Formats: sequence, C-alpha cells, structure tokens
Amino acid sequence: MKEVAKSIIKKDALGLLLGKPVYTDDLAPKNALIVKVLRSPHAFAKIKAIDISEAEKINGIECILTYKDIPRVPVTRAGQGYPEPSPHDWYILDEYVRYVGDEIAIVAGNNENVVNEALKKIKVDYEVLEPVLDFEKAEEHPSIIHPEKETHPMFEIGFNASKNIAASYEMEIGNVEEELQKCDVVIKERFYTQAQSHVAFEPHSATSYIDMHGRLIIISSTQVPFHVRRIIAEAFKIPIKNIRVIKPRLGGGFGGKQAIHGEPFVAAVTLKTGKPAKIVYTRQEVFEATYTRHPMRFDVTLGATKDGKLKVIDIQGLSDTGAYGEHALTTFMVAGSKTLPLYNKVDAVRFKGKVVYTNRVPGGAFRGYGAIQANFALESAMDILAKKLNMDPVILRKKNMINEGETSPIFKIMGEGREGVDMIVRSCKLKECIEEGMNLIDWKNKFPRIKISDTKVRGVGMAIAMQGSGIANIDMASAILKLNDDGSFNLLIGATDLGTGSDTILAQIAAEVLNTPTENIIVYSSDTDLTPFDTGAYASSTTYVSGHAVRLAAEKMKKMIIKEGAKKLGVDEKSVDFDGEFIYEINNAKKVTLKELATVLYYTENQKQLVADASFVGEESPPPYMAGFAEVEIDTETGKVKLINYVGVVDCGTTINPNLAKVQIEGGIVQGIGMALFEDVKYTYNGKLLTNNLMHYKIPSRMDIGNVQVKFVESYEPSGPFGAKSVGEIGIDTPPAAIANAIYNAIGVRITSLPITPEKVLKALKSSK
Amino acid sequence: MKINLIVNGEKKIFEIEPSDILLDVLRKNGYYSVRRGCDTGMCGICTVLLDGKPVPSCSVYAARVDGHEITTLEGIKEAKELATLLAEEGADQCGYCSPGLIVNTIYLKNKNIKSMEEAKVKLIGNLCRCTGYESQHRAIEKFLGVKK
Repeated sequence: MKEVAKSIIKKDALGLLLGKPVYTDDLAPKNALIVKVLRSPHAFAKIKAIDISEAEKINGIECILTYKDIPRVPVTRAGQGYPEPSPHDWYILDEYVRYVGDEIAIVAGNNENVVNEALKKIKVDYEVLEPVLDFEKAEEHPSIIHPEKETHPMFEIGFNASKNIAASYEMEIGNVEEELQKCDVVIKERFYTQAQSHVAFEPHSATSYIDMHGRLIIISSTQVPFHVRRIIAEAFKIPIKNIRVIKPRLGGGFGGKQAIHGEPFVAAVTLKTGKPAKIVYTRQEVFEATYTRHPMRFDVTLGATKDGKLKVIDIQGLSDTGAYGEHALTTFMVAGSKTLPLYNKVDAVRFKGKVVYTNRVPGGAFRGYGAIQANFALESAMDILAKKLNMDPVILRKKNMINEGETSPIFKIMGEGREGVDMIVRSCKLKECIEEGMNLIDWKNKFPRIKISDTKVRGVGMAIAMQGSGIANIDMASAILKLNDDGSFNLLIGATDLGTGSDTILAQIAAEVLNTPTENIIVYSSDTDLTPFDTGAYASSTTYVSGHAVRLAAEKMKKMIIKEGAKKLGVDEKSVDFDGEFIYEINNAKKVTLKELATVLYYTENQKQLVADASFVGEESPPPYMAGFAEVEIDTETGKVKLINYVGVVDCGTTINPNLAKVQIEGGIVQGIGMALFEDVKYTYNGKLLTNNLMHYKIPSRMDIGNVQVKFVESYEPSGPFGAKSVGEIGIDTPPAAIANAIYNAIGVRITSLPITPEKVLKALKSSK
Repeated sequence: MKINLIVNGEKKIFEIEPSDILLDVLRKNGYYSVRRGCDTGMCGICTVLLDGKPVPSCSVYAARVDGHEITTLEGIKEAKELATLLAEEGADQCGYCSPGLIVNTIYLKNKNIKSMEEAKVKLIGNLCRCTGYESQHRAIEKFLGVKK
C-alpha cells in the first residue's frame, strides 16, 4: 500500500492553522442581518402574549418573528436517516417553552447592538408551569411536557407523551431470573452518568441568502448537510429542490452539530425579508440551548459461577432526553448494543428501560453515543464482580470477552432504533490490546496499588470497549470522481470533515486505488447541490461507509481509464493495465500517459468527460475495540484524583492515516477523562443552567491529563476499505470506568456516579472508615 | 469614534463604537485568524499580541488599544514553521484553536522558553477540544527546541 496506512498531512492543514477564512461566520455575506433569538427564562411555561411593538420601533430592526409568524410543523432537530427514530416534537417556535433557553422569538437587525436592544424590549406574558427537573420523577409527574396533539413518533419507539416518555425499549435473551438462581455470585449496583457539553470551539453558526434563482442557500457548520436540507424543507413546507446547504470547514462537532440548530432561524429571516442573515451562537447559548449528552441511570446485575464464568447480564436503564427527544431511543439502544456483545458467552441477557422528557437542555448525539454511559456501568460492575470472585479483573474479562470469529445475538436484535444485523466479528484483537496495554502501563508491578506516602496512593484500573462502524443498512454514502485534463482527479463527497481529516483519508483511499499520489486527488466535500448524498459524519461512519463508496468509485474510474486508454492505443482492453501514470499494453511497448489521454479525451479524439460514481451502504458494522488503562494518584486528605498515565490500545483495523487516527483516539480519551473527572452540567433549583460558560464548565486543560499514550494493534477488517474500521468514537469510551476502577484499586472506594469529584472521593473515604 | 493603532506593523485607523470588543473589530477588518471561542477570556482561541504580550481579544475593549500595537497570526512570519510542525503531527484537527495557540507559543519561543513543563503551564489557557493536546506538545517540543 502506497497511499493508505501513511501519515499524510491533512489537505487543509495549513489553511486551517494559518487562520484562513474558512468557517461559516467567515463566509457570511458582509451585509447579512444579525439574527438573535429571545430565549425562555422559565423551565416550563405557556406564552400567553408577546408584545413586540416597542422592539419593532428600534431603528435598524428588520423583523421580529414569533410563533404566530412561522408554520407550526412538528419536526425533530436530530440529523438522522429518514424516517427518524426520534419523535417529531420540536417546532421552530411554539407557544410552549420547555427549558430555560428554549426559543421564543427571532430578531433580525442591521447590527448586534440594535438586536440586543430589541431583545430587551420584547414583553412576554407567561403562564409559568411546574417544571419536571428530576428525571427519576418524570414518568409519574403531574406536568406533561408535550401535551400537544401534533407531536408524534415516525414509527413505534415506545413513545408515550402523556407519561413524559419519549421512547422505551426492552429485550431479553434466555431467562434472566432463572439463570441468576443458578449463579454462585451475583452483584447488583446502580450507576449514574451525567450530562456532558460538547464544547466544540466554533460556536454553532449558520448564514443564509436567496440566490439568483430564488432558492434558499444555507451555509452551516453542520455534520449533516443533507439532513439539514430535508428538515428545513419539512419545517417551512418548501420543496427540497429549493434549498441548498453548503458545509464549509467545521470547528469541531462531536455530535453536537449532527442536528439543525441555527439554520431555521436564519432561514426564517431570509424567507421573510429576502435578505441575507446570519446567526453565531454565544458560548452561553451553545451551553444553554444546543445539546448535552443524555444523562443516564443504570441498574446492573451480573451473575457468574465461582470460577468466573459470566452467566447473566441484566441492565435496566433510565435516560434523560431533556425537553426534546432527539436521539432519545437510539442513544439508549446503543448503550446496550455497543456494550453487551463484549461479553458474548452469557446464558441470559436483558436490557430494558425508558427515556424520559424533562425540562432541561435537550440531550443529543455526542461521541460515544450511549456506549460510554453504559460502558462506565458495565465495566465498573465487572470490576465489582472480579473483587467478589477474588479474581484479577483482567483475567475475568479475558475469560468472558468476545474473540475474533465469534458473534453475539445482540448484533441482530439491537440496531439503532430498530433491529440490527447479524454479523460475525471478523477482526477483533482485544486480547492483543489488553496485553499491550498491560505492558505499557506496567500492570504487573502496579496492580492494584502503590503507596507513595502517608497521604498519597497510586492505583491502576482498566476497561475494555467496542463501538461500531456506521449504522448497518441505514448509513449510506456516495462519491463521484472526475478526471481532469491534467490527469488529476476531483473527488466529490457528501461526507463532512469535522476536522478529523476525513477529506484527506478519503483522498488517500481514492489515490491508493488509482495508484496516484494523494495530492492528485482534489477533494470537495459537502454541498447538497454539488456533492452526492451522504447521511453525514456520525456514528463512526466516515472511513468505513464513505471510504467504501470512494473505493468503489475509484475502481470504476480505473476501469474507465483502462477502457479509454485501450481505445487510444488501438488494442484490446484486456491486454492493458494502468499504473497511475501510464496506460500500457502488458506485453508490448505501447503506452500513453494519463495526462496525454485526458488531454486528448477533452480536446481532440473521442471526446468525453470521465466521471465515476458509486454508493455504499454497510451490511454490517464491524466494531473497533479498545483496552484503556488508567493510573491515578489519590490524595487521601483531599480526595483529589490526579491522572498520571492513560494508555489506550486500539484495534480499528488498518489505520488509513496513522497520525490522524492516533490524534483522533488521543482526543477521544481526553474527552473521556473530562467526563470521568471534571465535566459536570449543573442547574439551579428552578432549572437554569449554572455551568453556562467555560469558567464554570471545566473541560480538561493540557495540565489535567497526565501522560496519554496511544498504540494500535495490527489488525485487518475484511469488510472495510483496505482493512479499515472506524476510529471516531471508540477513544472516548474507556476512561470513566478505567479511572473509577483505578480509584477503587488504589483506595478501596467505589464511585458509581460521574464525574468523580474530590468531594465524592473524600466522602466515600470517610464513610468507608 | 476613531482609534489609531498599528496592526501587524501597519498603521490603521478604525471606526468603532465605544462598546466594541477588539475581537469583533479585528474580524470586521479582515483579520479572520482571530476566532471567537468562549466570549469570556477562558479558551485562548482569540489570543493576539497587545504590545507584544498575549491577550484574549474577546475581553479587551477596542477603545483601549488606541495608540497601541496589535499582532495577529497574519502578521507573524514564524507562524508557518510551527504550523508545519503541527500539521506533521496531525495536530490541527478542526484547526479552530490553532491560531491562538500558535500566537502564544511564538511568544514563548521569543521568551526563549525551552522547558516543556514551563511551556505547558504558560499555555494552560489555550484550550483544545479535538486533539487531546499530546500531538500539539509533540510539535511544540520541536519548535521550542526542548531537550528531552
């Protein structure tokens, strides 16, 4: 392999690094109206009246829109395949507001100052309702968050709005109760995972204008341009063909931009006024009015025999989707489907629970997508079981975990929002990951703990994880390759590079097939008018799903080149091959360069444009695997946990670009460390977000992460492009459980709720004495 | 009101409102490397040099820099060298935080800082959500000439 498995520099690297204007706000028309949204101060209220008369009088205010001015169409903001497995429960503007930050009015004006002034002068008369702020009390709560008739699911997802239930799910294999009776050892524990904010550093932004054909053009910082186009069309009742969505560079996404956010507000203004408009969320708005990770509660029961054979896994969950049900069912199902197959030899397994509405910031897609939540619960529970069995937790895992060539019934039963697909795991180097990780962290000498001083103890802990590679039979991608007259190629893809380097990785895949340097592939990604369809960059899908489409398109292009080359040489195409530079007769000296052929094709002989296209939908979703090892130092006087080392060893098949894959895992691990130790979304008693800026919401800094070390094991996934699986999400999954297990191994206290703050550790230490 | 200042070595006169923030004024005048991150001076993304010292431009009134000197990434020649090192490590990812990091790191190089521990402490306010920092550190080590 010449172009893949090579650390090629990202195509857009210097443009990004040297500050070129490439993001949505940089590209907004200079005369764009400034759009801002008046947001609810109440967690739950009905709007009785809105008076905009004073605000409208302000010089420079162009338009103010309330729910009376906008079509009331239930949609979901979740950028998922259609029909979405998320309830259609969101309205561009509604007479109800369901969380502090929910939208009330859209204001557009000539500059920021006048818009800010207008926001202050809009008078809203509310009927304040009792909010649902505790997700454990949502189901039986007298307040119904979605009493309106129009809200509906697209198909059966266990939706019951009258009980504040956005979705529910239940599955059982074998008989859990009966099998538990036969177990020698049973452990039960309750775990909580918190909300987490994405903190992509480019705030959500969108801009819109009407083009010369009268079409609505939206430039948006989005992971899902094609879903944005469809949802905007649906919400405004305009044909899809009248909308074009352009995705420029993105300043991070992590799932937070797998949705529509600012797009409907600028679109509403542009449709109303005919003028360009732009919105850039403030950091406070990003925190208060986009998404968080779904907080979840899990009751985990594990049963095993004395010798450590895991017999039963029972997980009962509750998930908080906040005010709207975006990704409600699917994150919850992923909590099961991307953890349970890790231990595929059990006799009985059950996974069930509900996703409830509350009057909080809506839950949405976030890297790890349910898997990280359940991984914390299951992988903590495995260590609790190991302790009860008096067994090394690594040995317990090795005994019970999935291996190459095996399967799990979960694959077929649980998909994302519907049934999954059966598959045999054709690449799984989890064992190698664990062994390499043990070496790198020096498990043998450090497990379980080393006393540093009277008040400081170090411990090591670990966890394993799996994810998927796109959503089987749902995620679709396509690619177009066009030969240019100098022998270079344009690659047009709907896949959205969020900064991961996917444009470069996809170019590498095309270059490998075409035997040409990656620099000869010029990539244009994500413009709904110009690039072919792609469901978007989420669910760890780009390398596997979009990569496959690119590979297929490149293979087609290669055939076309050979065919046209043979014609030019006047020989049979079966006797011709293409080496990237020359189309040549295998047994003879006749040859023509690609550049010459292209020039001839476009200017003189047999004139035609060579274009190849291909689509791909994965029939399976091969999981990447990872073993994560944490070494922590705990100050027993203060409860402070300092991360010393984190080792992640990953099996993601072939790394198409080893540097970019490594950074992707490092970044994931650090987000996971944040979730494990610092990041906490906190509210006041009446539902206002307290952690609405970076002073109060702490993400890891470069001083908080100790030494993060990432290695890949050699692996090849037969179903993937050049043996690749995904690498986008897996990195985030292990830190919460590995760190919790390391803390337990160090000081013997088990923290079962995230984040693991010094307060919790100290409290647990004191009560354990 | 008008302010007189030197941006990247060039004399400029900008028309501003008294309440305007330096970040917005710079962007309005085409210095797009200055990017909005957090609005509260916490993330380091909008870092520029004010009379040679790093400041978060989201937390400085434009009126305050009247008569002063501002340097953005666009005005720093060595930026390309560090940018190339970062690119070689794949440390750009979304790239949104890179200009602020580069401006601050070049300030450290000019101060002749050669210890990675010291550099990390001084760069603590330059947050990044994509890379997990390690790749940045690999590049910065080379740029500062840190001896291991």
